[in-house]
Amino acid sequence: MTEASTVSQGGIPVLDAATRARIQRSKELYPSARSAVLPALWAVQDQLGFLVPEGLAEVAVELGLEPSEVEAVSTFYSMYFQHQPGRHLIQVCRNVSCGLRGSDDLLRHLETSLGVEDGETTEDGVFTLEGTVECLGGCGGAPMMQVDRYSYENLDAEKADQILADVRARPAPSSGAATDA
Amino acid sequence: MPEVKVLTRHLGAEGLTTLAGYERVGGYQALKKALTMGPEAIFAEVKASGLRGRGGAGFPTATKWSFLPQGVFPRYLCVNADESEPGCFKDRYLLEEFPHQLLEGVMICAYALQVSHAFIYIRGEYRAQRELLDKAVAEAYQAGFAGQGILGQDWNCELIVHGGAGAYICGEETAMLDSLEGLRGQPRLKPPFPAIKGLYGQPTVVNNVETLSNLPYIISEGGAKYAAMGTESSPGSRLFCVSGHVERPGNYEIAMGRTTFRELLEMAGGVWRGRGIKAMQPGGGSMQILGPQHLDLAIDFKAVADAGSALGAGALVIMDETTCLVNVSMRLVDFYEHESCGKCVPCREGTYFESELMHRLEAGLASTAELATLADICANMDGRCFCLLGDTATWFVMSAYKMFPEEFQRHCGAGHCPVRAELERVA
Ligand SMILES: Cc1cc2nc3c(=O)[nH]c(=O)nc-3n(C[C@H](O)[C@H](O)[C@H](O)COP(=O)(O)O)c2cc1C
Ligand code: SF4
Ligand code: FES
Repeated sequence: MTEASTVSQGGIPVLDAATRARIQRSKELYPSARSAVLPALWAVQDQLGFLVPEGLAEVAVELGLEPSEVEAVSTFYSMYFQHQPGRHLIQVCRNVSCGLRGSDDLLRHLETSLGVEDGETTEDGVFTLEGTVECLGGCGGAPMMQVDRYSYENLDAEKADQILADVRARPAPSSGAATDA
Repeated sequence: MPEVKVLTRHLGAEGLTTLAGYERVGGYQALKKALTMGPEAIFAEVKASGLRGRGGAGFPTATKWSFLPQGVFPRYLCVNADESEPGCFKDRYLLEEFPHQLLEGVMICAYALQVSHAFIYIRGEYRAQRELLDKAVAEAYQAGFAGQGILGQDWNCELIVHGGAGAYICGEETAMLDSLEGLRGQPRLKPPFPAIKGLYGQPTVVNNVETLSNLPYIISEGGAKYAAMGTESSPGSRLFCVSGHVERPGNYEIAMGRTTFRELLEMAGGVWRGRGIKAMQPGGGSMQILGPQHLDLAIDFKAVADAGSALGAGALVIMDETTCLVNVSMRLVDFYEHESCGKCVPCREGTYFESELMHRLEAGLASTAELATLADICANMDGRCFCLLGDTATWFVMSAYKMFPEEFQRHCGAGHCPVRAELERVA
C-alpha cells in the first residue's frame, strides 16, 4: 500500500494531481524533503484558497512528517491563510515611509469605498481589506498597497479605486509562486 | 560627484532582465574569468575590495567566507532576499532591474566557496520579483551557468529559489536556515555560527542580495578599483533607499564614505513641499534617529556609529518639520510587536507592552509616569533579547524620546496628538 492511499482511506484526497506533482517536484529539489514544506503549503493554498486541514495532512504524508509538524509551520507564517479570504487580498502598508505619505488616509478611503473595516471581507466575497504594519518594500512609491501580492504604488484615492475596479473584473488569482520550487 | 555606478552601471540597457540582454553588456564574463582564476584568487580580490555585507551588520565579506572550516563538505550558500526592513527596497530593485547580475554574483561566490547548493530566500511578498527571478534562473541553467558541469568544467552547483511566507524574522540568518529546513523561522543560538554549522548542520554562508551583486564588478575590474570608490573605513559603493518626505524617493547609488546625508537628500530632490527637516533614520526601521545637525555627516560606517546610529540596511527615511515622532515610533513598535517570533520573553512580552503604551501615548491618554514605564520596558529589553529583533525594537523609540523629550511629554494627558492638533489649527 502506498502512503498516499493511506490518506484516501481516511477520506477523499483534496489535493489534485497538479498540486501533488508540484509537491513532488519540490521534494526532489532539496537535499532534505522537509525543506519542501513551505513550497508545499503554497501549492495547497494555490489550489484551495487556504490551508484546508485535510490538505495539510496530505502534505505531511507526502513529506513523511506528522500532521502536527506541518500545522505548526503553517501557523507561523502570516501569508498562509487558515480561513478562506476574499477572492482578492488587499494589503495597505502602514509602516513609516507609507505613514509619512498618507497611508492612513488611503486605508480609510478604501474602508469607505469598499464598505468594510480593516480586516473584513466585502459581502460579495471579492475583496479582503487589510492594513498591515509590515513594510512591503514599496516605500519608494509610498503610499502603496499590494493586491494578491503584486505592488501598486504612488496611490491616491482615485488611483486605488481604479486599480480595484480593474482587479474586480479579472478572474480569481492563484496565491502562490508563479513557477513552483 | 558622490554618485557612482557599480551595481547600476548597466541601467537602461535594453532587455537587461533577460540573459541575452545581460550578455550584451558583458554579463557572465566575470563568472568565466572567476573560473580561470580559481577560488583563492577570487577570495583575494574580494578581500582587496573591502566589501562589507549590505544586509544590515556590515560584516566584512571575505572574513565571513574565511570562517568556513577547511575540507568540510557539502557546504551551502544562502542568499538573503528576504528584504523586509522598514524603509528598504534596494534588493527588490536589484532583483527587478539586474536579476542576472545577482545570479552571476551568486555563482562566483558559489564557486569560490565550492558549495553544492545556492539557495535564494526571497520574501513571499515579492511575487513579481520572484517571477522574474525564476525566469532568470531557468535561463542560467539553460546556458550552463548552473547545474551539473558548469561551463564545461568539473563543477556542480544547484541554484534554488525558495519563497518565504511573511515573517520579517526569517531575514535573520539563523531563522532563515530553520525556515529553509521547513521549520518555524525562529533564530538559533549562536555559536555555533552558520559558517561552522549552518543549513542541515553543514558549513553555510549567508550573504545579502546587494553584497553578492557587487561581485561581477569586483572580479572584472579588480577589488582595488572597487575599494577606491569609497574610503578606507567604508570601501566601495552602496545603494541607498531614500523615502519619506522627499521630492523623489528612490534608490541612489553613492560612493561610500565620500557622500554626506545632505548630498544624498539632494539627489532625492530635497525635502518635499519646500519644508525643513525634523529628523531622519539612516539605516532602516531598526536604527536610531538622527537630526538635522547630522546632515553633513559622511555616509560612513564609523561616522554614523560615532553619532549614535548605524547604516543598517541602507535606507534613509526623511521626516519633515510636521512629523510627530510619537506617531512614527508607534508605527515601528507595532511592526516589531507583530514580527516578534515569540521565542523569548523580553521580546514577546516587551514589544506587546511597548505597543500598548505607545498607542495610549499617541492618543494622548498616557500619564507622565507611563513614560518612565516605557523607558523601563525598553531598558529591560535592550541587550536581553535572544536576537537583535527584540533589542532593535527599542532603539528608535528610545532615541526619539531622547532627542525630542518635550514632544513625548506633551502627549501625556493631552487627550489627543498635540502635534497633529497644531497642524490642523494652522491649516
Ligand atoms: C531581525 C533581523 C532581520 C534581518 N533581515 C535581513 C534581511 O531582510 N535581509 C538581509 O540581507 N539581512 C537581514 N538581516 C541580517 C542577516 O542576519 C545577515 O547578517 C545578513 O543577511 C548577512 O549578509 P551580509 O553579510 O551580506 O550582509 C537581518 C537581521 C536581523 C537580526
Ligand atoms: S528577540 Fe524576538 S524575534 Fe528574536 S528570538 Fe526573541 S522573540 Fe524571537
Ligand atoms: S513603508 Fe510602506 S512599503 Fe515600506
